[in-house]
Amino acid sequence: MGRSTHIEMLQEWLEVQGYGVMTTGWTRSNLMSKTIEMAKEGNILDRWSFTLLYATDFADRLEHQVIPALRSGFIVLADRYIYTALARDFVRSGDRRWVRDVFGFALVPDLVCYLRIDVETLVLRVIESKGMNFWESGMDLRLGGDLYDSFKKYQSLLIEEFDKMTEEFKFEVIDARKSPEEIQEELQNKIRPLLSNHLESPAVLVDSVAHPSPTT
Amino acid sequence: MSDHPAARSTSHPYPGKLIIVEGIDGSGKSTQLLLLHKWLESKGHKVFFTEWNSSDLVKDTTKRGKKTKSLTPTTFSLLHATDFASRLYHDILPPLKAGMLVLADRYMYTAFARDVVRGVSPEWVRKLYSFAIRPDMAFYFKVPIEIAISRLLGGTRGQFKYYEAGMDMNLSQDVTESFRIFQSRILAQYDKIVDEFDLITMDATKDIAEQQNEMRRVVEAALIDYKPRRGTHGRRTVFWRRFDVPKSE
Repeated sequence: MGRSTHIEMLQEWLEVQGYGVMTTGWTRSNLMSKTIEMAKEGNILDRWSFTLLYATDFADRLEHQVIPALRSGFIVLADRYIYTALARDFVRSGDRRWVRDVFGFALVPDLVCYLRIDVETLVLRVIESKGMNFWESGMDLRLGGDLYDSFKKYQSLLIEEFDKMTEEFKFEVIDARKSPEEIQEELQNKIRPLLSNHLESPAVLVDSVAHPSPTT
Repeated sequence: MSDHPAARSTSHPYPGKLIIVEGIDGSGKSTQLLLLHKWLESKGHKVFFTEWNSSDLVKDTTKRGKKTKSLTPTTFSLLHATDFASRLYHDILPPLKAGMLVLADRYMYTAFARDVVRGVSPEWVRKLYSFAIRPDMAFYFKVPIEIAISRLLGGTRGQFKYYEAGMDMNLSQDVTESFRIFQSRILAQYDKIVDEFDLITMDATKDIAEQQNEMRRVVEAALIDYKPRRGTHGRRTVFWRRFDVPKSE
């Protein structure tokens, strides 16, 4: 939804200025994308495998795509980063330590933009677009009697955790209820300072719990 | 040491028993486990078996990743951890909680040995597996590298496989030499792991029956207070050979 469009626009904005840009997205690795799709279609995912599948996908992309790009002087825009996994695991387990240990090998981003949305607006947007699916509704957790209730509860818990991580990981928070133009401008404003001293290319990440995408 | 992430995992509270074997390829551990399995079943126990990298979830991915040689030490490690988690959840915990016996060919110690040799952080990999339960009995089949090599080359294996020989580590152009170096390093890791986690070392150079008898002695002693639970009546499987009975009899 909003997130990938913004990344596309940011990519164009940067490339026009002459920067090399690479984008990477959640569950898009060659190694894992089909596996994750299939695993989610079934109903056999336990809490650890759920997180570990994402960690494997992430590691594959980090090692094969992100690090080589950074070394070549590219700017890397990531649609979601590890924080999505941290929040999802916490909501399922109530434990923060293990998942942070697992993702310990992740690079620290130069910038994390959290497109923050409230659950009410989110619900409306999702219903107007593609509807709620099993995993985005956290149905494996049985938080509500039906898809709608479960979705609201699950996403509320994720948002709560993202809000807590804002402090921990120094997210730049952007109000996702604003217009796309306003959001894009804010994103560019936050990225620009990283470019002016452009010796090394920064890794810029856009993360949001509020924008369900086909690859949740 | 007591604050070590893996040492934090406590022995499990379930009525079943988990018995695992470790060792490099060619150590004969799988044979020993199979014989143990048959023996336990012959005594009327219900025995479950699980082996490394076998879950439907990631088996194909691992195969594909190995074929395209795109697995890095980290992804290799994480894939195996994913497989392990899935098997723990689906194949190990339920029978254990039901009070039955579970045998595992390889356990988290394989990751601690192999992944570390590949360059993964020993602290990280132990934290990765911190959700694993400790086995009730863990046997390490210790074999000298040359014996392992001759067993594997002489037997049904023939050629060493790419990752099995550690070819991704550029240790040698020659597959056998690479295997020798790679697996020797794994042996060195195992020696540390034996101390760290109190594994029972078995001399894998002894003959099969001798090792098996020793293994059965240890298992029998450990199962003294174990109460087998069955839902169905156990089939007493007895070893028997087919004899060609002459028709005239």
